[in-house]
Amino acid sequence: MSRLLEHDYIGLAEKPSMEISEKSSHLNLNLKETELRLGLPGSESPERKPTNLISLFGKDLRNTNALKNLVAGSKRGFSDDAVVDFEGKINNTHKASQSAKPKQDKKPEISETNDHVSPPSSKEQVVGWPPIRSFRRNTMACSLIKNKDDDEEEERKPSEASGFLYVKVSMDGAPYLRKVDLRMYTNYMQLSSALEQMFTCFTIGECNSGGFPGKDGLSESSLRDLLHVSVHVVTYEDKDGDWMLVGDVPWEMFTESCRRLRIMKGSEAIGLAPRAMEKKGWSHNNNCRRIK
Amino acid sequence: MPRIAYAFPDEVLEHVFSFIHSDQDRNAISLVCKSWYEIERWCRRSIFVGNCYAVSPVMVVKRFPKLRSISLKGKPHFADFNLVPEDWGGYACPWIEAMASAYPWLEEIRLKRMVLTDESLELISKSFKNFQVLVLSSCEGFSTDGLAAIAANCRNLRELDLRESEVEDLSGHWLSQFPDSFTSLVSLNISCLGSEVSTCALERLLAGCPNLQSLRLNRAVPLEKLVNLLGRSPNLVELGTGAYTSEMQPDVFSDLSRAFVGCKQLKSLSGFWDAMPYYLPAVYPISSRLTSLNLSYATTESPYLVKLVSECRNLQRLWVMDYIEDSGLEALAVSCKDLRELRVFPSDPFGLEPNVALTERGLVSVSEGCPELQSVLYFCRQMSNAALVTIARNRPNMTRFRLCIIEPRKPDYLTLQPLDAGFGAIVEHCKNLRRLSLSGLLTDRVFEYIGSYGKKLEMLSVAFAGDSDLGLHYVLSGCDNLRKLEVRDCPFGDKALLANAAKLETMRSLWMSSCNVSFGACKLLGQKMPRLNVEVIIDERGPPDSMPESCLVEKLYIYRTVAGPRMDMPGFVWRMEGDSALRVS
Repeated sequence: MSRLLEHDYIGLAEKPSMEISEKSSHLNLNLKETELRLGLPGSESPERKPTNLISLFGKDLRNTNALKNLVAGSKRGFSDDAVVDFEGKINNTHKASQSAKPKQDKKPEISETNDHVSPPSSKEQVVGWPPIRSFRRNTMACSLIKNKDDDEEEERKPSEASGFLYVKVSMDGAPYLRKVDLRMYTNYMQLSSALEQMFTCFTIGECNSGGFPGKDGLSESSLRDLLHVSVHVVTYEDKDGDWMLVGDVPWEMFTESCRRLRIMKGSEAIGLAPRAMEKKGWSHNNNCRRIK
Repeated sequence: MPRIAYAFPDEVLEHVFSFIHSDQDRNAISLVCKSWYEIERWCRRSIFVGNCYAVSPVMVVKRFPKLRSISLKGKPHFADFNLVPEDWGGYACPWIEAMASAYPWLEEIRLKRMVLTDESLELISKSFKNFQVLVLSSCEGFSTDGLAAIAANCRNLRELDLRESEVEDLSGHWLSQFPDSFTSLVSLNISCLGSEVSTCALERLLAGCPNLQSLRLNRAVPLEKLVNLLGRSPNLVELGTGAYTSEMQPDVFSDLSRAFVGCKQLKSLSGFWDAMPYYLPAVYPISSRLTSLNLSYATTESPYLVKLVSECRNLQRLWVMDYIEDSGLEALAVSCKDLRELRVFPSDPFGLEPNVALTERGLVSVSEGCPELQSVLYFCRQMSNAALVTIARNRPNMTRFRLCIIEPRKPDYLTLQPLDAGFGAIVEHCKNLRRLSLSGLLTDRVFEYIGSYGKKLEMLSVAFAGDSDLGLHYVLSGCDNLRKLEVRDCPFGDKALLANAAKLETMRSLWMSSCNVSFGACKLLGQKMPRLNVEVIIDERGPPDSMPESCLVEKLYIYRTVAGPRMDMPGFVWRMEGDSALRVS
């Protein structure tokens, strides 16, 4: 199999764009390194440098599109730790093949990272993975709850599951809605961190007042400062059509009555608080949920 | 050379064409010459539009004035997994409106992944006097009010199938809207509905419809009621139960069993929500008749599932949860020699540790024992190259192979190598493979194999795989019959995309999300390929004009079209054209 040569198939390369040619040369370098040779499946070419695989995901990309990829990384549900985990795996895979290292080296590292990354009971979820249709996810979630009921031997009326447990989430200023499956979480903390993951990118965009960060990017510390400045509050519309602050009621009651979520700016939510207080005797300090 | 085409009058040609039903053949006929094109378009009765944005309703109506049946697909497949934002598009309304005025004799509408409103349903119910078939697959945007209009007005309705649609369930009363005189129902699938439907209304409906062959109930229909319903529909071929659970009562059990036996044509069973082991044996008396069994919602433990499945010697299709475990699949391989399709779904996809003893061994057993196996969807937590090679060698007749190893980028658990060789063997040996989904740790090499061997491949789904643009290039340049490619979280970028731009016009669509495609490349592609819609979904609010060229695009959807830019793009979707992104609002 020949390696990828620069054929100008339909004259697309004629535009002398700085960025594109820069990127091309960057890619050319990597392509050469990942050039495929004929070999038995499972064998590794000794000259192949594992670091190039990492550079595509890790540092090089981060330098050229510093902020964007930082955002992109978190948007895609990959915490920094998860990326490290992936890199760790790749490193060890190559080591294993090249020097026939025993497998034990891999396990402690991975399990350590896993413990660090995810809480014991649930995995950090990547959006849309594993690829299970919403209908099936909702149905299974109902079954899971029903089984829990059986275990606890509680008299629970069968949930009036409307067949779908996804609720729409809108965020003020974000260009599009998302959907979250409330039954995938068991408490407010999990929901909060999922929402944070989903919508962090919008917060950053807002911080920059619609403009884009330059190539220099923002340093991580100044970024964190900006995130703290812009405070958002999560609210929900309940069965009666009223907008409430998330966190007022026990989790199970919340999932049963929540019809949609809205993440609004802290300043706008101030008007909400008195109504919520009237309705449920809300306590300010404990129950207000914010995302950074 | 005599002009043979003109020797036949049009009516004769039309009569000949009426025997030809496949879309591909019809399309081929229309390309022979102008007169054949004309004759063919006037007598085409049924069309399939795989991407509702590839063509406009106006164009369809203009070309085919006498359609009786239309199928449309809207959103990209990855919308099923929550990757496509809300309000992306796929609206059926313009189509329904165009057809309402152009086709008073329209009989069938089939929609998949589209957004449909109650108003459209009402329009359907009032515009087509002989309307017979409505299939809404994974659709949304409508409520039971719209269904009420269909029930009330479509006097000749034969099929109402709501498979996996998201219906706003206002009440179960819509079913009562079928008039007493209604007799034509052949197929009813309401399995996706959440709220209770009146059993009386159901019973009345079934009593009036002697030709009912397919009935799929929803979870809310209790097991006790199932007996009565079965009694009223003795000609059922397919049944979807409601919740398959109840207090353990011997008379309910025997009534149920008798009811199953009473439906002498019954061949396919589904539903089985929360299936209790106590009631599964009620199926045994008819088990040898069953060719299709969907236990994918049965959260029952292995031994009971295995017993049932082993009884069904003539099974051709089995959908089941991984509770069946390797041992169950081994039993399946021994008992069900006619098995054509197997789907195994995960019971705990988000758990960290495996909760059941289901591994690659189960699939290997089935591949060894079932010579007719052609279609596989398998979720598991470990796989090896050796297993995949064995499966490939056992089943070269495989046409659809979708493997989902739950943890992304997981290598061969025995050797810690990428699974390139295993999937390579699949494409190499299964020469008629049409659909493939990959998972596990994969390098560019697997795509080299796919490009070399996957000559019949039509649809490929890729996630967390590959090392570089080479991967994408191999697929786009090698897979001659590729129609749909969907990619997420792979390091595929500009180079391969631009180098294979012409290929994109031969495909229905390409979806790429969380890859390395730059904004500049999208603009270039959109500029050079006017017959593609290059749509990017961006997270920032403003127009992408200010976006630097090298900025990566989060989601990209490219599809060929003769209809130009679509008019209904939401604010976060931008069509790439020329030097600046274009939106027609």
